[in-house]
Amino acid sequence: MDWILDKKKPICPQLCEQICVRIAKGEFEPNQKLLSVRDVALTAGVNPNTVQRSFEDLERMGIVYSIRGSGWYVSEDITFAKDTLERMLQEKTTAYFADMNLLGMQNDEIKNYVKEWEQ
Amino acid sequence: MSTLLHCENLSKRYANVLALNNVNLDLESGKIVGLLGPNGSGKTTFIKILNGLLTPTYGKVTIDGNEPGVETKKIVAYLPDNSYLNTWMRVEQIVDYFKDFYEDFRPELAYEMLERLGISPKMKLKTLSKGNKEKVCLILVMSRNARLYVLDEPIAGVDPAARDYVISTIINNYNPDATVLISTHLISDIEQVLDDVIFIKDGNIVLHQTVDEIRAEHQKSVDELFREVFKW
Repeated sequence: MDWILDKKKPICPQLCEQICVRIAKGEFEPNQKLLSVRDVALTAGVNPNTVQRSFEDLERMGIVYSIRGSGWYVSEDITFAKDTLERMLQEKTTAYFADMNLLGMQNDEIKNYVKEWEQ
Repeated sequence: MSTLLHCENLSKRYANVLALNNVNLDLESGKIVGLLGPNGSGKTTFIKILNGLLTPTYGKVTIDGNEPGVETKKIVAYLPDNSYLNTWMRVEQIVDYFKDFYEDFRPELAYEMLERLGISPKMKLKTLSKGNKEKVCLILVMSRNARLYVLDEPIAGVDPAARDYVISTIINNYNPDATVLISTHLISDIEQVLDDVIFIKDGNIVLHQTVDEIRAEHQKSVDELFREVFKW
């Protein structure tokens, strides 16, 4: 998975969100080792200090824990990561509906449009 | 983290032009810092003072406690804005030359990077394209195990794929004891790897913040803010 980073927004919280998403999707299981700071920095093309801060923020939120000299691991309780994914899905959907409304579509029309688009 | 670079009331005057005006700046180790400003804003003057190529008119600068000189040259790896290498030399001869010159030079790293970028060590510098010449210069500088890397426009002349390689080299080479100072106006390519951003305008530092502070405060990328601050 590539990292999707919005250039207008601070990088650190975006990395936190995306790591949450990957945990919520099951890409990393509880107590599994996460990517290293360097791996994230290289694949996302971002500063290692920023990645470090993201992991520290995630640790404060209880989503990951660190083992000295080994790296970062997914916590037992991943509720917060799942909530983050849910919030992002809601945000994306809200934004999509708002855009479609601007293009002249009512909510019912949008739902039908999506169904037809699937086929 | 400790202060690596310290500037106090640093000013440089060329006849009637004030190229740097009372610059006060501290940079810590372990940071990647962007020095951003339009042409003629004082970026290169500042960088040349750090490397002892120019002396300040007023004020002073210290790197790890020493003023620019023999001691600082041991720990500062400098990529100038134009090449100073002898073009009749082969790439491998220049690698040897650097090995003789700098105690902290790591030839194996230089050869590894040359290979990755497809540059043969047997080639003479004058037969290389402008972009490949720039890559060689950058490889030589990044192959040193320095405390301060000063890169004056490292990505201006290289293609986008090599630009990505340069950026990953900077990330890969990241070391909590070393600081990288990059002057550029290709901001959008590089802003994601920067900790701090310094905007310099007419010899004055007009902004010194982290990338995330800028984005949080202005809801825009550093590149967009730059275009706004330096609008004609």
